Amino acid sequence: MTAPAGLAPTPTPATPGVTPLLRHTAVPRWLWLAPALALLPALVPFAHLIGRVLGSGSRIGEVVLSAETGRLVANTGLLVILVITSTAIIGIGAAWLTEATDLPARPIWRVVVALPLVMPSYVIALALLAATGSRGYLSDLTGLNIPSLTGLPGAWLTLTIATYPYVYLAAGAALRRLDPAHEEAARGLGAGPARTFRTIVLPQLRPAVGAGLLVVALYTLSDFGAVSLVRFDSFSRVVYAQYAGRLDRTPAAVLAVLLVLLALVVVWAEWRTRGHAAYHGRPVRRTPRLAALGTRGRVIGIATLGALATVSLTLPIGVLLAWAGRATEAGRDIPWQGMQGSLTAAALAAAVAAVLALPTAVLLTRHSSAATRWVERTAYAVFALPHVTVGLAMVFFAARYLGGLYQSLAVLIAVYAAVFFAQALGPVRAAVLQVSPSIEEASRSLGAGPVRTMLRVTAPMVRRGLFTGALLVFLTTMKELPATLLLRPTGFETLAVDVWSAADSLLYSRAAIPAILLLLVAALPTYLLTRRER
Amino acid sequence: MSPRLLGAALALVVAGTACGDNDSTSLTVYVGRSETLVAPLIEQFEAESGITVEARYASSTDLAATLREEGTNSPADVFFAQDPASLGAVAEAGLFRTLPDSVRTLVPSQFSDRDGLWIGLSGRSRVVVYDSTRLSPDDLPADSDGLLDPVWRGRIGIAPSNASFLAFVAAMILERGEGATRNWLEGIAANEPQIFSGNAPIVAAVDQGTVEVGLVNHYYLYGLIADQGASTAVNHFFTTAGPESLVMPAGAGILATSDHDGAEEFIAFLLTAESQRYFAEETFEYPLVPGVDAPVGLPALADLAQPDLDLSDLAGALDLATDLVAAAGLL
Repeated sequence: MTAPAGLAPTPTPATPGVTPLLRHTAVPRWLWLAPALALLPALVPFAHLIGRVLGSGSRIGEVVLSAETGRLVANTGLLVILVITSTAIIGIGAAWLTEATDLPARPIWRVVVALPLVMPSYVIALALLAATGSRGYLSDLTGLNIPSLTGLPGAWLTLTIATYPYVYLAAGAALRRLDPAHEEAARGLGAGPARTFRTIVLPQLRPAVGAGLLVVALYTLSDFGAVSLVRFDSFSRVVYAQYAGRLDRTPAAVLAVLLVLLALVVVWAEWRTRGHAAYHGRPVRRTPRLAALGTRGRVIGIATLGALATVSLTLPIGVLLAWAGRATEAGRDIPWQGMQGSLTAAALAAAVAAVLALPTAVLLTRHSSAATRWVERTAYAVFALPHVTVGLAMVFFAARYLGGLYQSLAVLIAVYAAVFFAQALGPVRAAVLQVSPSIEEASRSLGAGPVRTMLRVTAPMVRRGLFTGALLVFLTTMKELPATLLLRPTGFETLAVDVWSAADSLLYSRAAIPAILLLLVAALPTYLLTRRER
Repeated sequence: MSPRLLGAALALVVAGTACGDNDSTSLTVYVGRSETLVAPLIEQFEAESGITVEARYASSTDLAATLREEGTNSPADVFFAQDPASLGAVAEAGLFRTLPDSVRTLVPSQFSDRDGLWIGLSGRSRVVVYDSTRLSPDDLPADSDGLLDPVWRGRIGIAPSNASFLAFVAAMILERGEGATRNWLEGIAANEPQIFSGNAPIVAAVDQGTVEVGLVNHYYLYGLIADQGASTAVNHFFTTAGPESLVMPAGAGILATSDHDGAEEFIAFLLTAESQRYFAEETFEYPLVPGVDAPVGLPALADLAQPDLDLSDLAGALDLATDLVAAAGLL
């Protein structure tokens, strides 16, 4: 970094508005309850599965040491690197354009840019496959011979579209929270807009963007639907192939454990590059000054976002509409049951995850220790578990030990909340980091207990982060498929299940309506996610 | 708010969402088939019998694994599966009870378990689907060994992790032995096939012109044609009596732990002429009850040459089939 000392917002006590992180010596023990409740529904069945794998003894070395495993790790690593690079560029760039500039119609752009979040990656993959290839819609439309998007390019594009909104939303929320004083100081000291962005804004976005990119990387690791449709040889595809193909689940479980180790490497890498930054803005909120783009800048900005929306939204929606257009009467029925199921499950999962994320975030930021760092790593590792693994492990476990709860909505919700907990934790943790501990200190010194302080002082100040976390869990739950299929109560439908069921039989015209509904239902939460706080 | 109160509130939230539906009068069916395809048939049964069906849809393999895991705790009354291997896996675990003769005699014995633990309901034939804009039937291989010809390098689509491909490999193991099957798989691998996750994506890819030929089950193509009106993809039925021509029944069995009278009624319903016609007309599968016509435009079931093997043995060869497929580097 070439910025003069004092310009860079490194969190030294000398930086204005920054207070050193205070650490309480005594960690309230009940704080540990929250991450335990959140993560155990995924961890216990998984541990049970591992126990069985180890107990069975056979094949473990054989699976781990195969040359194939090395190739898969390399393939998957390459895909992850490509996807996090493209999503970082798109996510941060789009967030800057829609949050920090005077681009016209920003509220609309914010929804448009974020909306692909709700499309299941396998729907994006299906749409891209239908659009490309020598007989695809695009070739028909343009008369050109557009090659089919398979393999690495297909996986890269599909997962980029499916996941860049995570970075975009994280970066956008962080930009909205920025204290403009730092920027103004930089500009006042003579730094240009580009340099200010690079040296002042970008480092402050680091925790939020890092959390977003971590979600992207782990999503890419565990995604099965898209990679198998575009036929990219990734780790999770092979885990699934082992599951699908045999009754003996040992090899699949071993590979799943390897996948979790891979996820831990990613989490560790993010941890290493994160540093231990804490940016506590002053608790004064001002509207930041927007960068003036000028006419030429606006045209370029709109063209860029337009191109992004064309690929990530118009193309898949166009394909869905073409499918819906040829639907018979039965195919045009509104799947009310699926809609009700999706909304119920997603709302409950979001509520549970957010409620448990707050105490966990307080634990992670205010009582940081080696143990709490493992809580966070575990949350991300659970997020990276292939859902088919979690689902099956839970079937194994619940059928034996949970009695009446087996195949109940409660178990499904608990699993959703567990696997998506990291998504709620990311924004809440980032929000808590931006609250100066001195305020909590004041509350404590005035006689309020830790619970009261958390609920009456911290919670209101991080409500935006809580809301963001809940909405992210809501939107991701809406599109979840493998665990839903395995754990849902008998007769319970979701829109994602409706889409899959039809598409799996090549009845695309019937898959179109629930897929479009999924987008429509998600539009409002997406709008709320991108709305500016008044 | 005390920590204890917080915990209690959370417990309430979780408990409030627990609304497991344990209606003892309804018939619980684990359905390893496409909901879109068979849900209308199940609704028809409910209307005619007055029995409420709780249908649980997932892949056949997953449901078989689930049933084996649930053991005697299973809430299921009937397992309605897509392939003989999944049914065989449940039978092998001793979880099915013997079906009554009144049901068993409705279907030719070759399509059911030899001990009457499960019964075939509809037939699905292995075929080669090909791109008719680039190939004619004369270009196609005569049997599965024909695919080993280097001329097919890079042009074949297969779904090695799919239950029906594995059933085909298991059939090859039963017919030719492990060594010959290993050789065949290595030969196919040397021909650099394109690997898909299932039958449906192969048929879609042949329709799109991305791959020239694919080893699939016959009925996917007709679903695609029904949905989009036409396709340049065409099915070719092998005329050889090898594993490549295997007709695999989708079928059903009754769980030994079930005491629901509706279970037998449900299976009998799926074997009525009306239901069998539904399979022919809506899912394009072969009716197995004699006297009901094959789907329009398809060769008659009796004309499809069949390998000489007992489908009851298929499940036993499944894990070996997966091992061989994995060893050939195809998984």
